[in-house]
Amino acid sequence: MGLEEKLPSGILLTTVEGLAGYARRNSMWPATFGLACCAIEMMASGAPRYDLARFGMEVFRASPRQADLMIVAGRVSQKMAPVLRQIYDQMPNPKWVLAMGVCASSGGMFNNYAIVQGVDHVVPVDMYLPGCPPRPEMLIDAILKIHDQVRHQKLGAHREAEVLDLEQAAMSALPSEQMKGLMR
Amino acid sequence: MSENPEVVPAGTETLEVLSTGRGAFGIDGTPDVSGYGGLVRRTIATPAATRPYGGWYDEALDTLAEELGDHFGPAVQKVVIAHDQLTLEVAREHLLEVMRTLRDHPGLRFEMCMGASGVHWPQDLNRELHVHYPMLSMTHNRRLSVETTCPDADPHLPSIVGIYPGNNWHERETFDFFGIVFDGHPGLTRIEMPDDWAGHPQRKDYPLGGIPVEYKGATVPPPDNRREYK
Repeated sequence: MGLEEKLPSGILLTTVEGLAGYARRNSMWPATFGLACCAIEMMASGAPRYDLARFGMEVFRASPRQADLMIVAGRVSQKMAPVLRQIYDQMPNPKWVLAMGVCASSGGMFNNYAIVQGVDHVVPVDMYLPGCPPRPEMLIDAILKIHDQVRHQKLGAHREAEVLDLEQAAMSALPSEQMKGLMR
Repeated sequence: MSENPEVVPAGTETLEVLSTGRGAFGIDGTPDVSGYGGLVRRTIATPAATRPYGGWYDEALDTLAEELGDHFGPAVQKVVIAHDQLTLEVAREHLLEVMRTLRDHPGLRFEMCMGASGVHWPQDLNRELHVHYPMLSMTHNRRLSVETTCPDADPHLPSIVGIYPGNNWHERETFDFFGIVFDGHPGLTRIEMPDDWAGHPQRKDYPLGGIPVEYKGATVPPPDNRREYK
């Protein structure tokens, strides 16, 4: 979100991408956004048994201004949605969002008037983690996958081209209700 | 079968039906082969209790009657004892007077009102909205509950925040979810739902909401379009 975004595409940008990704991957600061039972599993992940400290992420920041990963742990009510968006806006770039559990991903069992049907209605989500609630192992697996994303994140002109490609792929993807065959 | 007038033996007490549900969910308007389409379920209000009520109930009601004087008859419309718990059904015009007496009289001393719970009975005509106040006397270690009603067309009740200040947020919640307006409340605004929310979600006629859920090769409609909950 600084000079590195302005670099011309080529070998210089590729090198900077590699360095920046390596540094960002190894220094992630999760923001606490525990909303429901998923938060208990998130806390368990930070505790000694599952030991998120192995990945340098055991300190959950209570202030969004010091965090770059928001783990939305639980169902988001319609009233909480603007609060969540404000917390997201207060986080400095670059930032990532992990929708933890089915409620944050898609509304889950709360298919009703009171709950936002997936937190991607409010903020862009980088990783969806299913489960009700997901076990700490699953959360750690999702975090490792998001680490991988961060590690290989493109910058500047490369990133713009990647976003266009991803959007094209999403536009031409088959809607899930039209899929045929095995249910997996 | 249920449409026919039933044969009632002489001397049987007439029961007050709060609601009637018919059939099982999900089979309205289709040929019913399960037999559950003929199911009729009634929710019956507990009949009024008769004296002697037992325990401290007689003494407490005597005290209340003595204190309210002529107002006792119109104020306390029904005395119900269900599951060993005393409930007074109070007319809303006399609610404040009854509450103040319950709090202040040395023989009653119900110092705490534990909340205001709304109930919506759409079939209980002209008294569709009920509010239930659980009361606790710390002095005597006694509990009773006070119930009052208002019609859907005129959803107004007097606020008891002047007597029990702790009921402030409880009444806001009941207003939020049921649309009951508590006259005299110091700041009656929504408390649970967002300020610009339309409707009162805990009413029986409020739609459940929800969106169709896509799966691989299928779409499942939201619950209230899928089946009817009764």
